[in-house]
Amino acid sequence: MLTYIIRRILYAVPIILGVNILTAVLFFYVNTPDDMARKILGEKNVTPAAIENWKRDHGYNLPAFLNAGEKGTAKLTQTVFFQKSVPLLWFDFGRSDRNNIDIGNEIRHRMWPSLAISVPMFVIGVVIDLFLAMMLAYYRGTYLDLWGLFLGVAMMSVSTLFYIIGGQYFLGKVLKLFPVSGYDTGLYSAKFIILPVVIGIISTVGSGVRFYRTVFLEEINKDYIRTARAKGLSEGKVLFKHALKNAMIPVLTNVVVSIPFLFYGSLIMETFFAIPGLGNFTIEAIQAQDFAIVRSMVYLGSILYIVGLILTDISYTLVDPRVRFE
Amino acid sequence: MPDIVIEIKGLKTWFKTPKGVSKAVDGVSFSIPKGGTFALVGESGCGKSVTALSIIQLIPEPAGYIAGGNIILNNRDIVPLSEREKRDIRGNNISMIFQEPMTSLNPVFTVGDQIVETIMLHQGKSGAEAKAAAIEMFEKVGLPDPAGIFYEYPHRLSGGMRQRVMIAIALACRPDLLIADEPTTALDVTIQDQIIKLIKELQAEMGTAVLLITHNLALVYQNAETVGVMYAGKMAELAPAKALFRDPMHPYTVKLLRSIPGQEKRGKALDTIRGTVPPATSYPAGCHFSGRCPREMEGCAAIEPPLAERAPGHFAACHLHDPEFMAKPWSKPLRHEPDAMPPLSVPHDKRERLLEVKNLKTHYPVRKGLLKRVVGHVKAVDGIDLVVRKGSTLALVGESGCGKTTAGKSIIQLIRPTSGEIVFKGRELTRVKESELKPVRSLMQIIFQDPYSSLNPRLTIKDTIEEGVRALKTGLDKKGRLDKVTEVLERVGLTADMMWRYPHEFSGGQRQRIGIARALAVDPEFIVCDEAVSALDVSVQAQILNLLKSIQRDFGLSFLFITHDLAVVEYIADEVAVMYAGKIVERGTTEEIFSNPRHDYTKKLLSAIPRLDPGLVSAWKLPDHKPGR
Repeated sequence: MLTYIIRRILYAVPIILGVNILTAVLFFYVNTPDDMARKILGEKNVTPAAIENWKRDHGYNLPAFLNAGEKGTAKLTQTVFFQKSVPLLWFDFGRSDRNNIDIGNEIRHRMWPSLAISVPMFVIGVVIDLFLAMMLAYYRGTYLDLWGLFLGVAMMSVSTLFYIIGGQYFLGKVLKLFPVSGYDTGLYSAKFIILPVVIGIISTVGSGVRFYRTVFLEEINKDYIRTARAKGLSEGKVLFKHALKNAMIPVLTNVVVSIPFLFYGSLIMETFFAIPGLGNFTIEAIQAQDFAIVRSMVYLGSILYIVGLILTDISYTLVDPRVRFE
Repeated sequence: MPDIVIEIKGLKTWFKTPKGVSKAVDGVSFSIPKGGTFALVGESGCGKSVTALSIIQLIPEPAGYIAGGNIILNNRDIVPLSEREKRDIRGNNISMIFQEPMTSLNPVFTVGDQIVETIMLHQGKSGAEAKAAAIEMFEKVGLPDPAGIFYEYPHRLSGGMRQRVMIAIALACRPDLLIADEPTTALDVTIQDQIIKLIKELQAEMGTAVLLITHNLALVYQNAETVGVMYAGKMAELAPAKALFRDPMHPYTVKLLRSIPGQEKRGKALDTIRGTVPPATSYPAGCHFSGRCPREMEGCAAIEPPLAERAPGHFAACHLHDPEFMAKPWSKPLRHEPDAMPPLSVPHDKRERLLEVKNLKTHYPVRKGLLKRVVGHVKAVDGIDLVVRKGSTLALVGESGCGKTTAGKSIIQLIRPTSGEIVFKGRELTRVKESELKPVRSLMQIIFQDPYSSLNPRLTIKDTIEEGVRALKTGLDKKGRLDKVTEVLERVGLTADMMWRYPHEFSGGQRQRIGIARALAVDPEFIVCDEAVSALDVSVQAQILNLLKSIQRDFGLSFLFITHDLAVVEYIADEVAVMYAGKIVERGTTEEIFSNPRHDYTKKLLSAIPRLDPGLVSAWKLPDHKPGR
């Protein structure tokens, strides 16, 4: 099992290197520093000298990948790629282009509001989804199942924006239960958190329940479930003991991969509710054309995805003995 | 009657389907005494398994329901009981083992957990007591190291061991009735034999009544006291086993018995049944077998025959045995098929060699550790020699995992072998480049076991068959290819208009015909049949075997028949090679191998297969049409 985990982690090394290079190609080659400078300085009436100045000030004046003018290793190190992209490997994000802030420091501060929203949304959401899906599976084929499914499809057909705006209007403005948007420090933040969490859960419950219900029903039709019933076990025990543990295998695939992304927050939710988290940070950077931040966030997102996949593989060993013994 | 454990009276289990009510079980009655074995036989879809699931009260609700009848367990009708009371019976008074030991155990719990669960539930034992009882049970079913196996997960055990675990779970509470639904079908013959012996042994010790469900008639002959033959939801015939096999009364039973391949039937066609089983939503009003019966009379489709005692203890539901019916004007015969089967033999020159395999080896690398280094090889095929003669059939037999399928694929170059020589029509194939193999590919074809998964569900039959023709017969234009598809479809007993359909629209037997058509379409001279008839019901299997023999005769084909079914081998093969652990342990003509096996493994294999007495075969005659006075 240990070799299995080590191998999974080793597999990640070339992927991370690849992601790093690919991000660099996107941000330094497809979209050149000249383009960045032109965008930031304003599209019109930009002199070549102003572009050169901007590039020098922000460290983009070197060649992208290979500096032919230097000797030895400096050929590789005196490049934009080496100065700006390679440090990402040890999470040195550098400074932002526009107002020269420390991106790493900003991320460390901004992840907490993101987590405050995303963790409760994720945990409560998964529990509710699983519970409702189990209930529909238990009552499969009845009207409860049919109507539950109908409601689920209806709810997933509605745009998230509708839930956000509708929730803000109805619960915030009309009923005045929660503030419409905003954030505060420490425990005072609680009242700002509830509304986005509730809306986040409501907007995903339809698809979640439908997916987990399918997973459960697939397990319920397997031979070992028939064996469990033939032993005389109650339907509850059949479902919650025998089916649940097997259903955890596909469920984990779906769930664990998104755990690292909890740090990342949600772009839409944070913007609408004015939560000063990482999602908001990214959106602001995009609007401000701050490519250093956008590049950092794109890279971070890819790394979190890879971490998610490794965690998924490792979590299999917890529920599936066939993987554990391989 | 001595201590009847279970009595089924007029059981009807119906299912609501979009096409109407499906009467899967439509009035079935039988009983089993303490310690007795009752076998329920018949082809798939005739209602055997639904009967079993009804008895253990596991009909999938709400679609399925018991529409009538009683199930009386120890003098108590269990049909009207509450779900709670039924749970107390399941696993305790009635327990069941299933066909698929590979999937019947929960993969994420240890086998110990899974048996302890039953014991604690029904016997109120503490965890430690239950564990002791479980280990004792594991010992009883002959599992090696019972205390160690207790902590194993199912995937670490072989199929035979898993079935032993299933038996241990089923018998842990000493049930009154054990339902064994095809308990050995998925297992190798030698394991089959052990499992059946184990069930018999424990049955004798515990006095358990056994309901044995199987399609293997030879197994029934040797192991059951009473047999019920089911057809289309009804009991066609019910008799003591010996009487049933000596003097089958119902035309369906006779047809079924005569479609079993075997040594006695060599050189003749196997008997087959016309048409297909009617869907359970639309049975004929009268006898369910009318329309297919070789002795049908005018009144059969309208008047239902009762299951009546026609000899002491021998019940048959057929008008032919009813003097009263036979005296009526509607007893005029509608159909009268002959009793004797036409000859079907394939003459061939015994000397001409089509294919020669010399010291063939196919090894797979085994990778292990952090870097997945090659640490060894699985010697799937480890130096075999074979000769296939022109126009003849060589059977390659052995248990699962012995390498016979790898051997077949290596011979036709689907897998390139590690070393050795394969000479086909004077040409050595193992060193030929892939691109130069094309002309040979059309001469060597393969038919696979599973007619369900070996056809692409997204391609029409025409596309499936034409694909091979287009790749290997480049001389044909569009029209020529279409003619070819039509020709082969008609040759295998399908019609040309079927080529526009998709695989799901066909039955298992028809799909296997399509598989044969696909192989035939490129004019091969040599076909590997990899368990080509193993997944089929016996009457469908008979049709496919007849078809294979007739195309062999007409086209002078040679077959390599890879199978574990020795009855098929005895019927169709000219020569036999017995494979064990990657090597051929014995080769010879079919007569030599079966009458005088020399290698210990061959002897073991042959003694493990259940057999019918050869003398019985000649007695299987369709009932005469005797007009009443």
